[in-house]
Amino acid sequence: MSSKLFVDSERPARLYGIMSFRQTRRLLISLLLIFSASIGHASNQEPVDTAWFDTGTLPTLILSLAAIFIVLYSIRTIKAGREFFIREIPGLKAVEEAVGRATEMGAPILYTPGWGGDIQRPTTIASMNILSTVAEKTARYDCRLIYPTHDPVIMAVAQEVVREGYASAGYPDRYRADDIFYISSSQFGYAAAVDGFISRDRPASVFLLGTFEAESLILAETANSIGAIQIAGTDSTIQLAFFIVACDYTLIGEELFAASGYLSQNNMILSSVKAQDVLKILIGLFIVIAIIWATIDPSSTWWRF
Amino acid sequence: MQQRLPVLICFVAGILMFLQYFSRHPVARTVFVSINDYWQIIFAFTLLVGVAAFGKSNLRQIGRGIDTPYRFIALSGLVIMPVLAIIGGIKIDSPFQWAFEYMLAPMQATVFSLLAFFVASASYRGFRARNLQAAVLLGAALIVLIGRVPISEMISDSFPKVTFWIQNYPSMSARRGILIGIGLGSMTTALRVILGIERTYLRGE
Repeated sequence: MSSKLFVDSERPARLYGIMSFRQTRRLLISLLLIFSASIGHASNQEPVDTAWFDTGTLPTLILSLAAIFIVLYSIRTIKAGREFFIREIPGLKAVEEAVGRATEMGAPILYTPGWGGDIQRPTTIASMNILSTVAEKTARYDCRLIYPTHDPVIMAVAQEVVREGYASAGYPDRYRADDIFYISSSQFGYAAAVDGFISRDRPASVFLLGTFEAESLILAETANSIGAIQIAGTDSTIQLAFFIVACDYTLIGEELFAASGYLSQNNMILSSVKAQDVLKILIGLFIVIAIIWATIDPSSTWWRF
Repeated sequence: MQQRLPVLICFVAGILMFLQYFSRHPVARTVFVSINDYWQIIFAFTLLVGVAAFGKSNLRQIGRGIDTPYRFIALSGLVIMPVLAIIGGIKIDSPFQWAFEYMLAPMQATVFSLLAFFVASASYRGFRARNLQAAVLLGAALIVLIGRVPISEMISDSFPKVTFWIQNYPSMSARRGILIGIGLGSMTTALRVILGIERTYLRGE
């Protein structure tokens, strides 16, 4: 609002003295306009919720804390010396076979985290854990490992993980930073580039582990057409169906997340995998109880949250 | 110290993001928005690193004479598109938009359209009735495929109903079972990272 509404530019000195009736009226009108405008502005805004705790999220909080407690308790029990059995996961057992095959054929290994994820996703972290093991094996067998990615952050982390894998295996000199590279953030640009690589360089083994979208089948079928052994795993149930059809081994559901503990045999990680099973049993029990309850009392709603 | 500091940062950031989910207070919202903004800034810088690595890698491969034509095309795309955007802007009638609409978009559509052929070849292999389970899968797939097109109602009124039942009960329950596993796996992985048990992303142990 312009200050000319209530300031007489011809007689500025009078502002500090006694104002005339006209000036007083203009000032009051101006103040009224400002006041009404501020009220109007405030009424257009949504009321700000200043509650520190959102009560609507209470069930989520309780369940989260219960899950955290179970995971921490499992870690504590395994620290105390108790051992757990983790079933065999064919897709992870086949990692050795895939690396061995590539070594025998003298062909590279292609490892892709897919296009859909970023480094914040647990799936990408789980994929990095498998990459670490694969890198160690390729370092030992002196097999080339190629990792094209769509995300520069993933590229940076993957370079560190692979470098560490090569160093752990005792062959840091075999690490090639050029083989872990960024291609494009465009979905089909990425798919086309990886497809081109598969067609031209014909990798013996292809790892498709991460978050995939529509590019999943394009990559898997191209790799299948050149006869590469394929190990796949993703958190997308739609793409899982494609992987099951097109790939030799598929990590389904939590198997991808269990890979870290399974491959490293780290007790702390294995215990958290065991906690997943405990949580799954509890969820199963809850579902059974809810079904029985809802059958007996169809009007009940306590189990809906 | 090389690992402790990143683990500590990860722990604090993880706990903050966990706690802000349960609050609607402006401070919690500001924390959430600020962290996301910083993430965008970090990503913008890493994108520069990625593009530089892309250029360096392609130039090195051209020097070695590996896949030279493809790498020239990739590099020319990397240079031409920003130059067009800088010179002519990105308005609807600019050269950049022309290149996007008449070159980039059709190329992307071409790669996407390959999916139709790959679905056909994958389905052919997947639906071979080698054993009882595969035969059940084949039968269910045929019912769903026919039930999803208008001609199914002309064959029988039951087709859409059976299709609906297959998709919403056996298929959905299997999918939800997998989703529960994925959810729990994601949660424990996140917890392992926050608590510093999982450190592969920090160059291992």
